[in-house]
Amino acid sequence: MVKEYPGVLALDRVDFQLRAGEVHVLFGENGAGKSTLISLLAGAQEPSSGEILVRGVTVKLGSVHRARGLGISAVFQEFSLVPQLTVEENLFLGAEPRKRGFLDRQAMRREAKAILLRLGFALDPAETIQHLTRAQRQMVEIAKAFRTQPSVLILDEPTASLTERETEQLFALIHAATSQGVGVVYITHRMAEIRRIGNRVTVLRDGHVIATVDAKTTSEDRLVALMTGRVISEIYPTIRHEPGELLLKVEGLTSVTQSVRGATIEVRAGEVVGIAGLVGSGKSEIARACFGLEEVASGRVWLRGEEVTGLRPGAMLRKGFFYLPADRREEGLMMLRSCRENMVLPALREAPIRRGAFLSVSQEQALAQSLTRRINLQPARPERDVGHFSGGNQQKVLLAKSLSRPVQVFAFDEPTTGVDVATRAAIYRFIGELCEAGAGVLLISSDLPEVLHLSHRLYVMYRGHIRAELSGADITEQNVLGYFFERAAA
Amino acid sequence: MSEPTDLQQGAPRPPAKPVTRLIKRLFIALGVLPFLLLLAMIVFTAFSDNFLSVQNLTNVVRQSVYLIIVSLGQMLALLTGGFDLSVGTIVALTSVVGATAMAATLAAAPESVWLAIAVGCVAGIAAGTLVGVANGIGVAVFNVSPFIMTLGIASVGFGIALYMTGGVPVYGMPPQFGEVFGFGRMAGVPVPVIVAVIISALAWVLVNRTVLGRYFYAVGGNVKAAHLSGINTRFTLFLTYTLCGFLAAVCGMLLTARLETGEANIGASMPLESIAACVIGAVSLRGGVGRVGNVVLGALFIGLVQNGMNLAKIESYLQTVVLGTLLILAVIADQMRMRLIASLRD
Repeated sequence: MVKEYPGVLALDRVDFQLRAGEVHVLFGENGAGKSTLISLLAGAQEPSSGEILVRGVTVKLGSVHRARGLGISAVFQEFSLVPQLTVEENLFLGAEPRKRGFLDRQAMRREAKAILLRLGFALDPAETIQHLTRAQRQMVEIAKAFRTQPSVLILDEPTASLTERETEQLFALIHAATSQGVGVVYITHRMAEIRRIGNRVTVLRDGHVIATVDAKTTSEDRLVALMTGRVISEIYPTIRHEPGELLLKVEGLTSVTQSVRGATIEVRAGEVVGIAGLVGSGKSEIARACFGLEEVASGRVWLRGEEVTGLRPGAMLRKGFFYLPADRREEGLMMLRSCRENMVLPALREAPIRRGAFLSVSQEQALAQSLTRRINLQPARPERDVGHFSGGNQQKVLLAKSLSRPVQVFAFDEPTTGVDVATRAAIYRFIGELCEAGAGVLLISSDLPEVLHLSHRLYVMYRGHIRAELSGADITEQNVLGYFFERAAA
Repeated sequence: MSEPTDLQQGAPRPPAKPVTRLIKRLFIALGVLPFLLLLAMIVFTAFSDNFLSVQNLTNVVRQSVYLIIVSLGQMLALLTGGFDLSVGTIVALTSVVGATAMAATLAAAPESVWLAIAVGCVAGIAAGTLVGVANGIGVAVFNVSPFIMTLGIASVGFGIALYMTGGVPVYGMPPQFGEVFGFGRMAGVPVPVIVAVIISALAWVLVNRTVLGRYFYAVGGNVKAAHLSGINTRFTLFLTYTLCGFLAAVCGMLLTARLETGEANIGASMPLESIAACVIGAVSLRGGVGRVGNVVLGALFIGLVQNGMNLAKIESYLQTVVLGTLLILAVIADQMRMRLIASLRD
């Protein structure tokens, strides 16, 4: 089986081949083109040029449905499930079993049960999707892909929210599938998984294929170097660690939604404190609860010795705590407004920009100009709508918001989602400078290398609890991953 | 923004002529309004020689002030990502309450004409603003969608106005009220026009030069980002609908002066016309985008079309057909414009 196509939108003349019975890992940073590549393979998008061949025959996929008909099934990170429908209804969406023109509910239930049993997923077919956890939804998504006996299976970070046991189950399934000649395209950020199940690795960077290498024999350092185009030390700065005054203290914090349970953390001046954990572990909710975005059920939060539990975001800003959200499009920026208006937004309440009820146009301009220079906005045109800038520059504008006013504690939630390597390095330097200037930094990230390299201390969260606190040389991938998953003892 | 030549990539089209390129640029920068204005001018001039006369155009301005004032309030609601379907009701309720209070005060103290006018205006505007406050509480505090809240309030307010009057016009206001605020002139300029100019200027200052104005854009641009930036989004929304109610109420009193009676049946077309004026003036229905100047022009354009249709002797029933069509066309044009802008992105 061969697929190739040169010259694609966010991809530039990418050639990619998948053999029957192999697990081919796609490896690269966010925005390197992995997602684009698999959405082309799965028929969700069409290449602007180039072609896709299945078993040597040129095919035009056109839609996910047709791709599925050709034996290509994909599991995307963004779920393609209808939350209001049940597990079985989602499994058979678009291919419902019918009897004389009506839905055959019994057949649907029977087949759904059979699929779930074969995959070993403990799911009730009649359960509504919106009542499932993220991991369970992931299982439904995988079951959907396995329903049609695919010959090509595309998995986009399938283990991101699975437990260790579920992950083992999935690996067994993948093994069973490949031994029957199914080709698997597998996207992951986890080094251990590459070695564990991969046969070949194709490294993508900025829409180009950098190399295709053997999964078992290539070293981790070599893979990272291929992925980023530089050595690790060039990306991650060394941040001086001079812990000072205790700035943020969270004690026994429990949120109303139970997303955070009895968490206790501390952040001192002049240190970067990381929070790692799986999706849904409560790592961003803890900062959100401090900032007044999640309701606090019990526990207390202090900022420089003053209790601030349950204050609203406006009050928290005035006390010197700034939370930068993970999703810049959803919560961070006004896409249709200019960079200037976005950057100065948190500073509007107070002098010098506010003069009574009025805005000082000159002060606002001056602040916008200085922020534009400080974050090195490219192109340096603060009057342009944020939506017209690249992802990396949008992220810089989001960071600039936190510089528009005096801040003692910064909480960065996934500060490098969807940005290129250069911007990533710039953001890390930026965080380092803030820390060395005496601020306390809370760094919440799903990007493991990021928290590993930048944090002076690191909390690992699991299901709302703080499971471990590591510092200095103890912050290693093995140590952290060990706390990520459910353990028999736990 | 990249050069428009990027648009031609892929398709084997000849390079765009400078004229089409200019039209595209104008369309992106100004929206659909200039094109509609040009079209209306050409069509109505062809129908009637009178159309382009100074006197007629002055008339258009004078007739448009009511819609301008209401549209400015509507713009605030649209800026924050909502809208107000109750502006017509507010106009009607203001008219009825204002006229009733004025007539009652005059009846009690026949000598104090200006006291009666003041009491009537305050009562009317207070009643209308109160409707806005109710909208604001519903939308901001109870999270009722602006559609349901203002639709429901429109029915409530209209019912109250009809109940108060039994559907009969309210008479008994001092003639001076109409003489000054309806037909009066200062330095040769009609008083309603002066009021509209002042309100437009204040609205411009509000949205462009005050903190609150920026909050309107922020709440409409991204309500979550605004909240995370420390803005009290609920209070901002509350003020939006209160101000919108206040402006509609001012319009209600001016219309009452013009009609010289309090009427429960005026303003029914205001929700549609004010939203149309805003959309034609390139205010985004998604919130966060809009300018005072363009909204004033949008309202003037609608006044122009109505005037032109009157001159062309088009039946009033058919006029509403034209207005509804214009509104929908303006929305389609807005979407085309968004797509054009998106295609020009780097």
